[in-house]
Amino acid sequence: MRLFADLFLELDQTTKTNEKVAALSEYFKNAPDQDKLWTIALFSHRRPKRTVTTKFLRQWAAEVANIEPWLFEDSYHIVGDLAETISLITPKKTKSSSLSLSDWIIAIKNQVGHSEAQKKEFVIDAWSSLDQEETFLFNKLITGGFRVGVSQKTIVKALSKLTGKEENRIAHRLMGSWSPETESFKHLIVDDNPKDDLSRPYPFYLAYAIDKEIEELGAVKDWQIEQKWDGIRGQIIKRNNEIFVWSRGEELVTDKYPEFENLKLLPLDNFVIDGEILPFKNGKPLSFNDLQKRIGRKNVSKKLLLEIPVILMCYDLLEYDGKDIRELNLVDRRKHLTEIIMTKNEVIIDIPLHLSQELVFQNWAQVTNAREKAKRDGIEGLMLKSRMSTYKSGRKKGEWWKWKVEPFTIDAILIYAMRGHGRRANLFTDFTFAVHDGDKLVTFTKAYSGLTDAEFLEVTKFVKKNTIEKHGPVRMVKPELVFEVAFDDINPSKRHKCGLALRFPRMKRWRKDKEAEEAGTLFELKSLLEQKQSRPLD
Amino acid sequence: MALIELNKNGIYCAEADVYIDPWRSVDKALITHGHSDHSRPGHKSYLCTHASVPIIKHRLGSKINIAGIGYGESIMVNGVKFSFHPAGHIIGSAQIRAEGKGEVWVISGDYKTENDGISGCFEPVNCTHFITESTFGLPVYKWKKQSKVFDEINNWWSLNKSLGKTTIITAYSLGKAQRILHNIDSEIGKIFCHGAIAKMNNAIRNSGIPLKDTLLIEKESKPQDFAGHLIIAPPSALGSSWMKRFKNVSVGIASGWMMLRGARRRRGADRGFVLSDHCDWDGLNESIKATGAENIYPTHGYTQIYSRWLREQGYNAQPLETEFEGESLEKKEE
Repeated sequence: MRLFADLFLELDQTTKTNEKVAALSEYFKNAPDQDKLWTIALFSHRRPKRTVTTKFLRQWAAEVANIEPWLFEDSYHIVGDLAETISLITPKKTKSSSLSLSDWIIAIKNQVGHSEAQKKEFVIDAWSSLDQEETFLFNKLITGGFRVGVSQKTIVKALSKLTGKEENRIAHRLMGSWSPETESFKHLIVDDNPKDDLSRPYPFYLAYAIDKEIEELGAVKDWQIEQKWDGIRGQIIKRNNEIFVWSRGEELVTDKYPEFENLKLLPLDNFVIDGEILPFKNGKPLSFNDLQKRIGRKNVSKKLLLEIPVILMCYDLLEYDGKDIRELNLVDRRKHLTEIIMTKNEVIIDIPLHLSQELVFQNWAQVTNAREKAKRDGIEGLMLKSRMSTYKSGRKKGEWWKWKVEPFTIDAILIYAMRGHGRRANLFTDFTFAVHDGDKLVTFTKAYSGLTDAEFLEVTKFVKKNTIEKHGPVRMVKPELVFEVAFDDINPSKRHKCGLALRFPRMKRWRKDKEAEEAGTLFELKSLLEQKQSRPLD
Repeated sequence: MALIELNKNGIYCAEADVYIDPWRSVDKALITHGHSDHSRPGHKSYLCTHASVPIIKHRLGSKINIAGIGYGESIMVNGVKFSFHPAGHIIGSAQIRAEGKGEVWVISGDYKTENDGISGCFEPVNCTHFITESTFGLPVYKWKKQSKVFDEINNWWSLNKSLGKTTIITAYSLGKAQRILHNIDSEIGKIFCHGAIAKMNNAIRNSGIPLKDTLLIEKESKPQDFAGHLIIAPPSALGSSWMKRFKNVSVGIASGWMMLRGARRRRGADRGFVLSDHCDWDGLNESIKATGAENIYPTHGYTQIYSRWLREQGYNAQPLETEFEGESLEKKEE
């Protein structure tokens, strides 16, 4: 475990990608193959099944630390991480252990079916043979959730450095449903695999938010204007009649979206489409919330496929008839894209490809109006692309712009606060907000982001001094502080007491100039919703 | 009325008309140590240990009416006997004992049990009433031995040196900075100090306490002048424009708060070293036990939680709401 603990410490101590890659490469050079594989698995959210509940872990930790459960719980709320709290509170190790990372994982797995007493003996024995950092990691192996800021990309870079193989090839190999229990490092990473080339995606071209007046872009007719779709960016590859789906962040997600297997039925082969994976049903996009149900799942059930089917809203073509066409201009690329999508009409079975329609305007004033209207329709904004643009790599200014709608905002009163986790442990960062409803206050949203660390610290001091009631980790505070809460969309909801659900709520700023009496009302929120609903979607 | 009570000005002994570490202006103040939340400006007279005198004068000006007293020496004020005892917190720090009306009180100020080689060695003082700090009064706070922490710091500095990097460690100007200076391996390279720390060091040296020689950061110096060397800076320097003049740096923070991963990561420093001038959990518990006191008053820190714990151990414990800044995540943290 020591080797892995050292790696973890190094990764945790730096925010620089280069240093993380260096630490990983060094680790991959020295670690046993099975440990390497498990490390990759853990950092890509594949963790062993939980065999011990956290309820027991807390109980046993308090017991061996010789403290009452309430003191353990209070400590946990302040530390903000269960695995860490246990590692700090349990006594120093009394013996040593030479078990490796994989040995420990297997030992944890083997607890399945054991009695509570057996599990307890195993866990307490582990705590007394591991040092603080190792204990922390051992607990994480049980509870899951390694947050070390190691992205898939960082791992891919390190493995590419180790093996000399191209990053895209490595990325492809790491995808899918492999498990360290049935896979070997050599087979997964080192051996040659003829499929590597077939699946290779292109880097995405990303747009900046527009940073100038819209009129400065020149003539409207030189720009292709589309709705900004609210899904996830994706690239679909069809080569040798095989389908690969990549998401932005170069993650291979073919298994998550089996709908696209139907592309095999298209007569055309060897092309790469860029577009937006959208939840889409009865001729209309569903909400992003619906898509989230799909994003999280590795294995998609038939029921879910029927409930929330996805399509690709296609907006660009990067490869056509086996040729890289990124150097052609947008007009020409789109011509080929349209051809592909047209051929689908000749096929009887449904092919989930839609063309992102061009919106036509005579002048910039019309474009501005369309953006205003987009907000009321719950649409994220517009995309502006120069017709002459070639397809570039990464985020580039000048030819592609996104023009997002301004968010909705309301002034709200902080009434509940909870401590954050991880980096924000010990600070109150998780807030619940209320608005006025007659002479009552009604909660309508939570928000966690948007303030600086210094502001969170200031609010934390306020919370400590102004707590009215404590419900476990939640503090009810004097309704005094007012924040401007911004959100992208508002919808009716049966689950929430106030009858509303916000999309992406965050704190825009702390309104120190406002008293609680001056905060917004439920009526205001409801009128925002009505305004939106009175406009039928077209 | 008890011998010691709390009023709006601070911890008060009515019998002697004397305050201990008061936070508003009073006539007679006994001061445990030189940190700004314990020794405040505006009192008519100050009494502290000999070693604290130059420190407090440096901070509050040389015109204040201040007198020094030795450890273990006592004075009588209106029938109450006061004496000062080593607290091991920083240079000159003391616990203050007060005896009168058949009661013995000890006000700990801030204290730590491990001898850091420069702040004196904490001595438990027998009493019936003990006002204790509880900055780190949670069972998750357990310090490593100082020698181990300094091994870590020295290794980090050596590694940085081999990479041609400048090492910057942040530590409170009074106390932690001198502790680091005293214990660091000065063979590794040169040691520079931020101006605020250099001035404090001089005040301490002038009072006859030797400290290692350090270098000043000259205006005209270039980033490469510091490559491989160590700079000791106050926590307020983190992210300041002063800091930006140094290039290719590795920044470390020395503080008890660095025990928690969340606090380490939030600061955005490269390294966090768990080095505190306060007691850890075991230190608090052992010290309280050693005083023999039955009545315990935790002041700053996790006072509610710690008091409850003490009550469960059979003590008569109540938190005392002072204005000392024990639990603080800001720049002036200890």
